Order: sequence, then C-alpha cells, then structure tokens
Amino acid sequence: MSRVAWQLATVKAIKPETPRVKTFTLALPNWTPQLAGQHYDLRLTADGGYQAERSYSIASPPEQTGEIELTVELVNEGEVSGYLFEGVAVGDQLEVRGPIGGYFVWRGEPSAPPLLLVGGGSGVVPLMAMLRHRRALGLRTPAVLLFSVRSPEEVIYQAELEALAQADDSFTLLLDYTRQAPPGWAGYHRRLDAAMLAEVVARFGAAQPQAFVCGPTGFVESVANGLQAAGLPPEMILTERFGPTRG
Amino acid sequence: MFLSQPFLSLSHPVLMGIFTNRGFQPKRPTNPKLPPGQYETTDFPVLTAGPTPRIALTNWEFRLEGLVEEPVKWSWEEFNKLPMQDFNPDIHCVTKWSKFDTHWRGVSVDTLLEHVKLRPEAQFVTEFSYGGYTTNLPLADLLGGKAFVGLQFEGQPLAPEHGGPARLVVPHLYFWKSAKWIQGLRFTAQDEPGFWERGGYSMYGDPWKEQRYRDDDDDQASPSSLRL
Repeated sequence: MSRVAWQLATVKAIKPETPRVKTFTLALPNWTPQLAGQHYDLRLTADGGYQAERSYSIASPPEQTGEIELTVELVNEGEVSGYLFEGVAVGDQLEVRGPIGGYFVWRGEPSAPPLLLVGGGSGVVPLMAMLRHRRALGLRTPAVLLFSVRSPEEVIYQAELEALAQADDSFTLLLDYTRQAPPGWAGYHRRLDAAMLAEVVARFGAAQPQAFVCGPTGFVESVANGLQAAGLPPEMILTERFGPTRG
Repeated sequence: MFLSQPFLSLSHPVLMGIFTNRGFQPKRPTNPKLPPGQYETTDFPVLTAGPTPRIALTNWEFRLEGLVEEPVKWSWEEFNKLPMQDFNPDIHCVTKWSKFDTHWRGVSVDTLLEHVKLRPEAQFVTEFSYGGYTTNLPLADLLGGKAFVGLQFEGQPLAPEHGGPARLVVPHLYFWKSAKWIQGLRFTAQDEPGFWERGGYSMYGDPWKEQRYRDDDDDQASPSSLRL
C-alpha cells in the first residue's frame, strides 16, 4: 500500500490548548513513523462529494506509536478548522494521509548542531514535535525556543514547555509577548526584531545553530532576514510559512 | 449469524470511496475553476523552504543550457529588452490555495527558445534558481504559450518573497513548478527530480489530477528512495 494513501483515523482525544487552539489525537490504522516537523493532510467530505483539504503539522513525536496529534488553530471563517472545532467528537472518524514533507524536519542525530527554534503562534506545533522527539531520545543537544505570541492566553503547550525548561538545563524557553504580557513579566515584550534575534543567536557562542522558523508569512520573512543579519548562513535557516487564509 | 463481515463488506466507506463527514457543509462557494482539494484565496501566500535570497540586478543573469547546441545567457538589461507579453493565469499551490486571474508581464519561454537550438534528445527541463532551488518538468509543458518568465506582478516589479526579480511561471501545474528567483533552464534527456520532487512530491504536479505527491503520479512506480 502506498505510504501516503488516505486512511480513516479515529479521534481518540480532543484537548483544548488555548481558546482558539485544540489538539486532536488520531488513532491510525496504518501508522508509519514520521520525522519531527512533518505534516498530515486532512480531508473533509460533504454529502454530495464536496471536499476540503488542509495540511496540519504533527505535534507528537515518532515515539508515540500508532497515533498522531494534530494541533489545529481555529481560523476565522475556517471551513476545515471550524468543522473540527464544532463538528468533531471523540470516536468520530477523519480521513488523513501522511506523513508528508522531507525538508522542515529534525532527525535527532546526536551529532546535530544546536537547535534554534523560532515559532509564531501556532507555528510552534512542528517545533514542539522536535522538542518532544529530542526529549524522548534523551538528547542534550542545546536547544532554544523563541516563541512569539500576542498575549498570555495564546501560549500553546505552556505547562509542558515550562516543565521541560525546568527539568532540562540544555533547553531554554524564551517567550515573547508582542501585545499583552503577564503581570510582572521581565522577558521580551515587543514585536520580534533583529536585535532580539541577534541576542538569541549570541547565546550559542561560537557554535552555529540550525534554525527552524515557522509561523505566518510576514513573521517568517522577518525572522529569516533577522537571523541572516545576525550572522547565520541561509543554509542553516529552514522555514515553514502559512498564509493568513489557511482555513 | 452475521450477514456480512464488516471488513469485507462492499459498503465499507473506504472501499466505496464515499466516506462523508457527518454535518460537514461547504462554507465556500464551489467554482469550476477550482481544482480538487483547492480553495480560493485573494491573498498571495508564500511557500519557501528557506530565507528569501536578495539578488542584485547588476549580477543577475538568465541562462539556457544543457542539451542545446550553444548555451545562451542574458543580463538583466538584455533580458528586459526581449519582447514582453501580458499573462492572466489562475495559479494553484500544492498547499491548497488557488488564486484566480492574476496579472503578470514577462517573456514567453517560446520567445527565449528562439535564441537556442535544442538537441533532439532534450525532452525534459530542470529549472534552477538563485539560492539553489530546482524543479523538473517535461519540455512540452513550457512550449506553446504555456509558460513565461514573469518580471511584473499586478503592475509592479515582482517582490522578492514571490520570486523577484524574475520567476518562471507554469500556471497549469502546481505552483512549486514555477521556480522563484529563476536563474535559468537546463535541458535534459531524462526527467531529473528537483528539490521538492526528491522529497517525495509529484514529478509532474497536475492540479486537475491532484498530483501532489509521488504516489499520485500516473505511473505509480515510485522507487523507495523517492518515498516520503
């Protein structure tokens, strides 16, 4: 059977992450191990045959066998995300195919360079898969996650990220609140800019990190430019962008 | 006694290909211009695997090479003196968005090919770009007015994030076959997989056949090295 054939997954769990983000755990009849950073396509079919498809990054690591977690943001007027939020319950079936994508991936090789992960909003999802894979492998590859959100209620995976930062001193979590920060916040509280990126790159010292950047188009464009200005060569910067209309 | 084994039943939704999501209704109007699995957007989203290269026009050049009798190249100034045409294609990205009735100005590939003599064994093309991107397609898909090098989009110089200063545009195939930051065309005898194709994407990419991935291609015979 073709590895990217459509299959009928069963919704095993639905977890709210933020007011506009939910994680769907899908049990797959034909699960194959994915690479951290890959995605699945999801297809909805209406009576009459109309179909709508979207791609969603996998949040779970390949060590979580037989199932995948897809973390989905509710998009305004979103045809697919709207149905997933309102019309899908545990036990329902959904058509998916994957894993897909061979470029924006982190393989977790022990000799890999340090990791600089930069996520905007739900762009953190494939980066979380990399951090979960790293944790599952027991790797101490130095890793920094610079995670840009507008306000405190938008921090996806907050408890897990903070616990990971507590337990693993080779991992650093840097939150950037672009609009509203929590009371007493001493960290970044402005739109992500070139000076911030230069500070973060400087944390790695002489070691050149591999950067993974994921978020909305404008965010990725400015981060990729800023990382180059901070001295990272283009081949050390991998990007994944999604447009504002992704529904 | 069971009348049928569920997993053998012909009414099984997967076997029948008629699985439907209960309660799912289209929110967007259907449009015959929309290939399967696509939705219309009025934005112009960006899909690129890395940073946007910045290309100085003084260093820019465009080359035709590979299976040609004499390779040819143009500077930016020379290229802009070639005959230009307007093009108004619908474009379809593999990431599911389609954009209708876009306005481009550029040079038809037919015009470029008047400047070289192709060898008879030239059957395929590798588009190559500043930044190292490549993508492949049959030569026939660039001929007969089907493809052009776009220099202007909606009346403005093409922006770097959309492939400026120049992008090859092949609108009848998924948009990754339209290489941004195009540097030239290499004519080949064999269909040689490019950047996304080596990662498991379709060798051809017909949106109307929904050829997103290698397993969607007509021949289906995908060597394991090309699997995702």
